[in-house]
Amino acid sequence: MAVDKFPVEASHIMMFARSVGDDNQIYHDDEYAKGTEPGTVIAPPTFAQASAQFDPDYSLRPKVGQDWFGSGKEPTGIKREAPSGGGGGGGGLHAEQHFEYHRHLKPGDVLTATSKPGETWEKEGKRSGKLIFSETVTEYRDQTGELVVTARGVGVRTERPVDQ
Amino acid sequence: MALSASELSVGDTYTECLVEDLKRTQIVMYAGASGDYNPVHSDELFTKEIAGYPSVFAHGMLTMGMTGRMLTNYVGDGRLTKFGVRFTSQVWPGDTLNSTATVDGIEDGIVSLNVETTNQDGVKVLSGYAAARLD
Repeated sequence: MAVDKFPVEASHIMMFARSVGDDNQIYHDDEYAKGTEPGTVIAPPTFAQASAQFDPDYSLRPKVGQDWFGSGKEPTGIKREAPSGGGGGGGGLHAEQHFEYHRHLKPGDVLTATSKPGETWEKEGKRSGKLIFSETVTEYRDQTGELVVTARGVGVRTERPVDQ
Repeated sequence: MALSASELSVGDTYTECLVEDLKRTQIVMYAGASGDYNPVHSDELFTKEIAGYPSVFAHGMLTMGMTGRMLTNYVGDGRLTKFGVRFTSQVWPGDTLNSTATVDGIEDGIVSLNVETTNQDGVKVLSGYAAARLD
């Protein structure tokens, strides 16, 4: 994943906090936030993941003029190879996610994100056959070039759907 | 709001219910906010017939996001320095999740926590760690 411009915006933070069921005022109320230790609205701890919104090539978002693998009239619009690495791709699942916070994100930040592949390894799973893990390390830097969040994601491709 | 080192001991725990009877609509909200529109989280037809799962299921990151809410409620806003998890089982619509942080160590003004989220059947769906600055 490479994101040239991830503007951290107040309304996006509010919607993200709502989606994880968090009504903490620090995520949406400027006046309240002024009286807190951070002194400003900040983003919830997993917000950096929403950088997917700003990755022009992100594979898990329908794009104008391109086939989408979800259902329409038929159960799928396309047969496609799922992407590898990072989060859960089509056919892939998200196995691990790690964040290091050098500082917390706030509205007005404009981030860049650069990713590099980490290790790849295999394991035999009881419920899903062979598992192929791949790691991606993403660095988020702010408008001054300062490293603000380091993220490490591990995706797993399974041989078959995980038995329930 | 934030935790104080002098009032914490190894083995202390903090638990919150993250969600009761998880709704498909909340999963859709997370897809919209995060930008992860993988159909396995919102498209029942695709998920059953193509992906081969019994129903749509939650993003691992939704479970991590809700677990993060438990953590920030415990350690205070802007205090987390690390948060990492493994997703150990899928989370389905209708699930009720509880999450617990357990104090693993206190050193140099930083608390390290073990983090675990389980479903209504006691199955662990997420396990991980966090670290936070203390007063």
